[in-house]
Amino acid sequence: MREPVLEVRHLNSWYEEQQSFLNKKLSKRQILQDVSFEIAEGEIVGLVGESGCGKSTLAKTILGMVRDKDGAVKHYSNRPQMVFQDPYSSLNPARKIGWILEEPLRLKGGYTKSQRHEKVMEMLERVGLKPEMADRYPRQLSGGQRQRVCIGAALMQQPKLLIADEAVSALDVTIQAQIIDLLLKLHEEMSLAILFISHDLRVVYRISDRVLIMKDGRIIERGTPEEVYFSPKEEYTRVLLEAAGIRTV
Amino acid sequence: MKKKKNWNLIIGSLMTGCMILFMLLGLFYTPYDPEAMDASSKLAGISSAHLMGCDNFGRDILSRVLKGSGTTLFVAAGTVAIGTLVGIFIGALTGYYGGILDEVLMRIIDALFAFPSILLALVFISLIGPGKYNVIVALGIAFIPSFSRIVRSQFLYQKNMDYVSSAKLQGASAFRIMFVHILPNTLPVLSSSIMIGFNNAVLAEAGMSYLGIGVQPPDASLGRMLSEAQSYLVTAPGFALFPGLIIILMVLGFSLLAEGISHAGD
Repeated sequence: MREPVLEVRHLNSWYEEQQSFLNKKLSKRQILQDVSFEIAEGEIVGLVGESGCGKSTLAKTILGMVRDKDGAVKHYSNRPQMVFQDPYSSLNPARKIGWILEEPLRLKGGYTKSQRHEKVMEMLERVGLKPEMADRYPRQLSGGQRQRVCIGAALMQQPKLLIADEAVSALDVTIQAQIIDLLLKLHEEMSLAILFISHDLRVVYRISDRVLIMKDGRIIERGTPEEVYFSPKEEYTRVLLEAAGIRTV
Repeated sequence: MKKKKNWNLIIGSLMTGCMILFMLLGLFYTPYDPEAMDASSKLAGISSAHLMGCDNFGRDILSRVLKGSGTTLFVAAGTVAIGTLVGIFIGALTGYYGGILDEVLMRIIDALFAFPSILLALVFISLIGPGKYNVIVALGIAFIPSFSRIVRSQFLYQKNMDYVSSAKLQGASAFRIMFVHILPNTLPVLSSSIMIGFNNAVLAEAGMSYLGIGVQPPDASLGRMLSEAQSYLVTAPGFALFPGLIIILMVLGFSLLAEGISHAGD
């Protein structure tokens, strides 16, 4: 059994809406309902579900960005990092690519300027970008290139777990394939565990070691892609697969 | 594609550049002592000796305009500096944190905003007395609300961007996120409002000195000169004309520059 990098136990979370400053009445809505799973070192876990089912909330809760929760989230390594859906808002428009890649190292501390520069250049090569990209601004890059930078920046602090929240959904199909190949390559090279959140069942089937199906804040089905795709136990999973044009037995 | 020339930027920076050179010249060189009176050339017209003529005390107007534009620019720069720095600080805190801090600070800002800035400055001056430095403080405080609002609205918009979330995940402190990550993104909007603020400050200083509560004699300032010239509009039009002209050039130059900068960002 491989070492776990993330353990989630009985996680619930709520979303609170305050009407206004004077009206203190809060309307509280439960998003995550008793979610439990774990991710082992170097494992790719696909998380599938329709929009609004709580996939992104789960990612945010794991990363500590949601305050109102109970249950346990246990990281067995350094801080996990995240790649966001929209490559246009996830890079600081006022900063050059080199600066954006260097920032995680500055924040981590303990590197000299030349060490940082060297690591930035290494990472650019690793994510398949030319060295001169370091001097460009995000607006000068295409969507695919930006997403490569996002992945690079997320990996600068060498996390054991990367959360990719619809990381390829905003890209067109050929670029999607390239970015997925890049993720798989980095997964191999760095024994990186990935929580791959997507609504695209075909992509998830292709890359995942295990699949979780989520509906209304609950994980309703889990297993290897073969188990889930070829002999789904839940009616909802069957509906999802049929909607995606994947035949079930 | 042929790039359209940004004439606003070109003409604006030329005019502003000339005005700054003019002001710098005034710091080191004036043809006459700007405070030296000479009864024989009282209200003298334009001549080769006095290029802009002389005022009611026989002081050389060119020398006084040179010196006075320096004072005016200094006051305007100080005002904008106070307004911008405090405004950035308040705007960043309220925009980024929100909540009760935002409510309290913004209601105070709203209250300040309800008064015209010149009136607000007048009240401060009557409390702390006139003079060059007091004018800077009074106008600076009066300028804080508008800058705070601009910065706050920018922070409100920027703080929900994913790049802020990813900086948080990488372990950046709130201070670093506000001033290293978000602040540079507010500069395009902020820089043109600084320019416009600068204009308003020039006009406000001129206005206050004109009312006699700004820069005090014998210091020359453009507004002060206008105020002194008003009794001689018919007999010596140059006395009011030249300081007025310099104010117009200064404000026009900055306006064009501000316009040019805001278009350069597109």
